Amino acid sequence: MSATVPTQPVEGLPMQRDEIKTIYERSVEGRRAFAAPPLDVPVKPLDELIPAALRRSTPAQLPQVSEPEIVRHYNRLSKRNFDLDTGFYPLGSCTMKHNPKLHERVAGLPGNARLHPLQDPARAQGALELMHGLQESLGEIAGMPHVSLQPSAGSHGELAGLLLTRAYHEDRGEQRTKVLTPDTAHGTNPATVTMAGYEVVKVGTNADGGVDVDDLRAKADDSVACLMLTNPNTLGVFDPQIEEIARIVHGVGATLYYDGANLNAIMGITRPGDMGFDIVHFNLHKSFTQPHGGGGPGAGPIAVSDRIAPYLPRPQVVKREDGTFDLEHDIPKSIGKLRGFQGNYGVFVRSYAYIRSLGAEGLREASEIAVLNANYLLALLRRAGVAEYLPAAFDRLCMHEFVLSGAPMKRDLGIRTLDLAKRLLDHGVHPPTVYFPLLVDEALLLEPTETETKETLDHFADVIAEILAEAKADPEIARNAPYTTPVRRLDEAGAAKKPVIRQPL
Amino acid sequence: MSTYTSATDADRRAMLDAIGVDSIEALFADIPAALRLDRGLDLPAGLSEQEVYAHLRALAARNVSTEDEISFLGAGMYDAYVPALIDSIILRSEFLTPYTPYQPEISQGGLQVMFEYQTAISELTGLPVSNASVYEGPSAVGAAGYLAKLTNGRPRVLASRGVHPHSRETLTTLSHGYGQTVEEIPLKDGVTDIEALKSALADDVSAVVLQQPNFLGSVEDVAALTAAAKEHGALVICACDPVPLGILQPPGEQGVDIAVGEGQTLGNRLDFGGPSFGFFAAAQEHIRRMPGRIAGETTDVDGRRGFVLTLQTREQHIRREKATSNICTAQALNALAGVIYLSWLGRDGLVELGELLVQRTAYARERLAQIDGVELLHEAPVVREFAVALDAPVGAVVERLVSEGINPGYMLATDYPEYENGLLIAITEQRSRAQIDRLAEALERALVAERAATVGAGAGAQA
Repeated sequence: MSATVPTQPVEGLPMQRDEIKTIYERSVEGRRAFAAPPLDVPVKPLDELIPAALRRSTPAQLPQVSEPEIVRHYNRLSKRNFDLDTGFYPLGSCTMKHNPKLHERVAGLPGNARLHPLQDPARAQGALELMHGLQESLGEIAGMPHVSLQPSAGSHGELAGLLLTRAYHEDRGEQRTKVLTPDTAHGTNPATVTMAGYEVVKVGTNADGGVDVDDLRAKADDSVACLMLTNPNTLGVFDPQIEEIARIVHGVGATLYYDGANLNAIMGITRPGDMGFDIVHFNLHKSFTQPHGGGGPGAGPIAVSDRIAPYLPRPQVVKREDGTFDLEHDIPKSIGKLRGFQGNYGVFVRSYAYIRSLGAEGLREASEIAVLNANYLLALLRRAGVAEYLPAAFDRLCMHEFVLSGAPMKRDLGIRTLDLAKRLLDHGVHPPTVYFPLLVDEALLLEPTETETKETLDHFADVIAEILAEAKADPEIARNAPYTTPVRRLDEAGAAKKPVIRQPL
Repeated sequence: MSTYTSATDADRRAMLDAIGVDSIEALFADIPAALRLDRGLDLPAGLSEQEVYAHLRALAARNVSTEDEISFLGAGMYDAYVPALIDSIILRSEFLTPYTPYQPEISQGGLQVMFEYQTAISELTGLPVSNASVYEGPSAVGAAGYLAKLTNGRPRVLASRGVHPHSRETLTTLSHGYGQTVEEIPLKDGVTDIEALKSALADDVSAVVLQQPNFLGSVEDVAALTAAAKEHGALVICACDPVPLGILQPPGEQGVDIAVGEGQTLGNRLDFGGPSFGFFAAAQEHIRRMPGRIAGETTDVDGRRGFVLTLQTREQHIRREKATSNICTAQALNALAGVIYLSWLGRDGLVELGELLVQRTAYARERLAQIDGVELLHEAPVVREFAVALDAPVGAVVERLVSEGINPGYMLATDYPEYENGLLIAITEQRSRAQIDRLAEALERALVAERAATVGAGAGAQA
């Protein structure tokens, strides 16, 4: 390795590098934070209330810690996380846009936060009106009028979509067995197909990054239940053949499913319903600003066309003729429930606030700037010193995200996409999505979002150029990066071989 | 109106120049003209921040929350106290705003939280393998059913009628996709009828699904039910309320294969039903079939301890159609609230809280049972919830109590027509003896009034 290995962050904020004990390792016999409310009722021997045989013999070994210790522990742990509020996060297909701060305030209002899900609808009118308003807005954005807010995340929405597809076909007396997915699809698509009891059939991609329509035509027959598509797709390409694709799919009686992970490119510009889709899911934690929370919560509402509407999950939020809002449980052909209660209402509050803040014009502008920012960043990366090592997978304009291939970089500079990603960490930047889509060798998928400034994009392009120049001089630096992060490269293979997934206590 | 963007006119011009097009419009050239929306979206105009706040505040004011009435509503979510330190920690941007930890070197905080959380869930359930969270309770039951299907491929699932109706319906919805059928095992004296279970069991049963305590609040003899299931090689899935697990025998000691549950009471708000989190724990043999993220301990190149997402060959982004689940985004922030809450309670606090619930619930049950017109629906042991039958129309009685600022509980007939005037009453640590007494007094008055109204109406009809 070079002697010039950096030990301080090149830029960005330093993170907490001291190893941090676990909360269990902080435990000291006799310490506590919790003071129970008074036992204000006559006390009976526990044995009289619950037989000893049904009770626990030894307590769960939770830590014994005081409140100040808990706060310090988790605050210190937080400083070992990189986050969107601190730095650039161009993680492709994840739409890491700014999370407006108003949203936490309104979600936390007691009328929302302390509302019981089984409260009589007559006394939850504000919540139901908000959900109804969100349904109407999402339906308008999608161009499909019927919305269920129930699914908890994108993949849950996908599962809902395929169960709806199954109900639709079964109602027509048909048993279909296959679902088509492009080879560029998000991994959740094929995984969902299996969970819904269908067989995955892959459809190829043409030279322009769109669906290989000939391949689709060859595979579309009356055993196909559905085609799951993302448009723009994971290559950042809007497939202009979509009307033809819809004709083929509908021609064999199948449904057309829209993976809404990439909706941020098209809000107010074009609509899945107008393209011929039957079912779409929304990732409220992507385009609609729910903070991602380090892996959730999210929400994955779905919108559907008229022919799918009779099968939507129950209950449905409805507006009665007298102007009141209600939960409708009596939906005879419903696929049933996908989870408890009405969905992730706290997420709905945030997304509703976002849509009301932006309005129609603001949503359109958000998509326009998202696409502008992506194309600008792509243009910046077409400079000499970058483009020869990291060419765009498709030499054309992109939508809200785009794909680079690190194959020439690997061949000519001897560093892989993984190494570039790890070296970015030393620069205080979150790397793009790497090794996805699978179709592109050494892929990087970049999505800057509309909320980043031009300066941030300029800086990112400079950092990429700098890392490539550095690798040209000494590839070992990137190969061994990162240097300045709380930990360096971790032994993932070892972790999987002998999994230690809980602390022995 | 705000878009939270920063692009000035000068920025736009410079960026378009760099791209080599003359308008933003040109960037959308790939979208066929026929598909372009030739009008604005039909949505209300954008609002300033303070207008949005005022609007949302007005909407929230039209909800009657547990801050506005004395609520005995439970049935799956409970008005548990959320300590203030949770808000202070989970609102930190370092926990609130990152994505799933795909880059472990800069995600050690979140990954260590997952590891600590998995440890706590493993302790609670007595099972060695926990994932880092699933969506919520009922869908966790559905996910457990899918694991059973992957494990033994058998076609039938038996679910106790004591399992939450939302869980049973979710399981039925999901299993229709992957090809299992769900049959119901009836209750007897408030608990799962073990004889009915035994006669339904056969070697084609994939899994038996139980709930502890069950929907009527009863503590089930899970060990006995599990033993019956094991005679036919069926897996046992138990949906558990996590706080009672502080005093009840853990499912892992009862032979349960998969313990799941709703995590809301562990430091999460009611939020009209979500977001909360589901927990999912299993026996060691299922480790490579688990759904969801799992954090594991390892070391970095310098030998320092660190954490990574592990066993990812189970997951959709690696295995695609061969994945053991499609789950991607789950409930990391809510699970963080869960592990903070469990640390706040601590080893002794969890037991004390459980015992407090048992004592207050026993008091409430006894107090209400003394009222003329109230019968206990069952005598089984309970922890935090119990069921009664009224001798008057339950809807009318509930209305009377609500008008006095008391929400007396959940009307069972919604899901259990056999309990026509049944009421499910939940006690939390936020319901004091004084509030329980108020409930009892108001309920007694309401029943007297309802009887009088019925007699009066009858007399009127005769006249």
